[in-house]
Amino acid sequence: MGRIIAGIGTSHVPSIGGAYDRGKQATPAWRPLFDAYVPVRQWLAELKPDVAIMVYNDHGADFFFDKYPTFAVGAADGYAIADEGFGTRPLPPIHGHLEFSQHLCESLVYNEFDLTVCQEMRVEHGFLVPMHLCFEHTPDWTVAAVPFAVNVLQHPLPTARRCYKLGQAIRQAVEAYPKDLRVVILGTGGMSHQLTGPEFGKMDERWDQDFLDRIENDPESLCDLTHQTLMERYGAEGIELIMWLVMRGAMSSQARRVHRNYYAPMTTGMGLITLEEPA
Amino acid sequence: MTIPQRDRSRPISRSLVFDLQLSWQGYRVNKMCNSLTDPANRAAYKEDEEAYMERFGLSEAQKELVRARDFTGLLDAGANVYFLLKLGVVTGVPLYAMGAQMRGETYEAFLATRNDKGAT
Repeated sequence: MGRIIAGIGTSHVPSIGGAYDRGKQATPAWRPLFDAYVPVRQWLAELKPDVAIMVYNDHGADFFFDKYPTFAVGAADGYAIADEGFGTRPLPPIHGHLEFSQHLCESLVYNEFDLTVCQEMRVEHGFLVPMHLCFEHTPDWTVAAVPFAVNVLQHPLPTARRCYKLGQAIRQAVEAYPKDLRVVILGTGGMSHQLTGPEFGKMDERWDQDFLDRIENDPESLCDLTHQTLMERYGAEGIELIMWLVMRGAMSSQARRVHRNYYAPMTTGMGLITLEEPA
Repeated sequence: MTIPQRDRSRPISRSLVFDLQLSWQGYRVNKMCNSLTDPANRAAYKEDEEAYMERFGLSEAQKELVRARDFTGLLDAGANVYFLLKLGVVTGVPLYAMGAQMRGETYEAFLATRNDKGAT
């Protein structure tokens, strides 16, 4: 049967992709970010997941406000790299896992999560940055993926509690998969950032570290926070952190933390946490 | 029971939160920005900005904000920041330059407030 073996919370800041494509990983300003993912890639290479469920948000690359889904899931055998407005990044196309995706959609809908199912999806930085930070991809990706897009752009957004429950339902779906399948789930976005208005660039390391503590040890305490409280702590764009709760909801209470990192050079708190289920 | 998620009497960071009301207001601007994910459309925009804005049915007030590269004004008129980034590509105004404008600072003054400005 399917099994969730690990969970990762990570930021997906687009400038990380730009720095990566320009080969800036070893510069003093970027090392504190990129170095933290070296042991993560090694750890994942040893865990050998078959599939990564990537919980992310699209930033206007593939979805537009004419029809805007709250939860949209890929159910295809592959996903193209989107052009976000500055050309297409030099990354191999993403491998899907059609059979598992179809199972996941069926299980979630029957579990009362009314998804938008996508048989074509182009993925962008929200998805790609965590992918290339965590998984080897030369010459090709070492893991298949399921893109799982959440509306964190156009309020009303799903509540924090809803995101956590979605994660729990994803875990049930994975465990109901009839074949052996090793699944890692990533919750991406954040941490604190405010990208509009006179307080552009505002971050809050204290709240970010608190979130990292709680997502590991007491995720329940984050589930009843309203969007208002989340945005007052993390900024209007920092609301993306609700996607980490999808990941945490899919993990058991026995999961132990393996890696943790925090770096905030410019306008976004860049956080990382990894959790591993007992063997 | 429905738990209210927002308190509109307490603005977030002295700024507007992008919601359905703003999204409706800024729909045409955002739709134009969204079209810039196609390289042919980016070329068409750079070729003739006025014609491009006309094609997407922008109002005169919206056109004026675009011409003035007034990103604060555009946000207040319902543009979404992630869509403005695409407009920034064709008009040569990257995110941090937009941010400096929102803060009412020069680009250099804004960079000086950062923990490590090498990570741009």
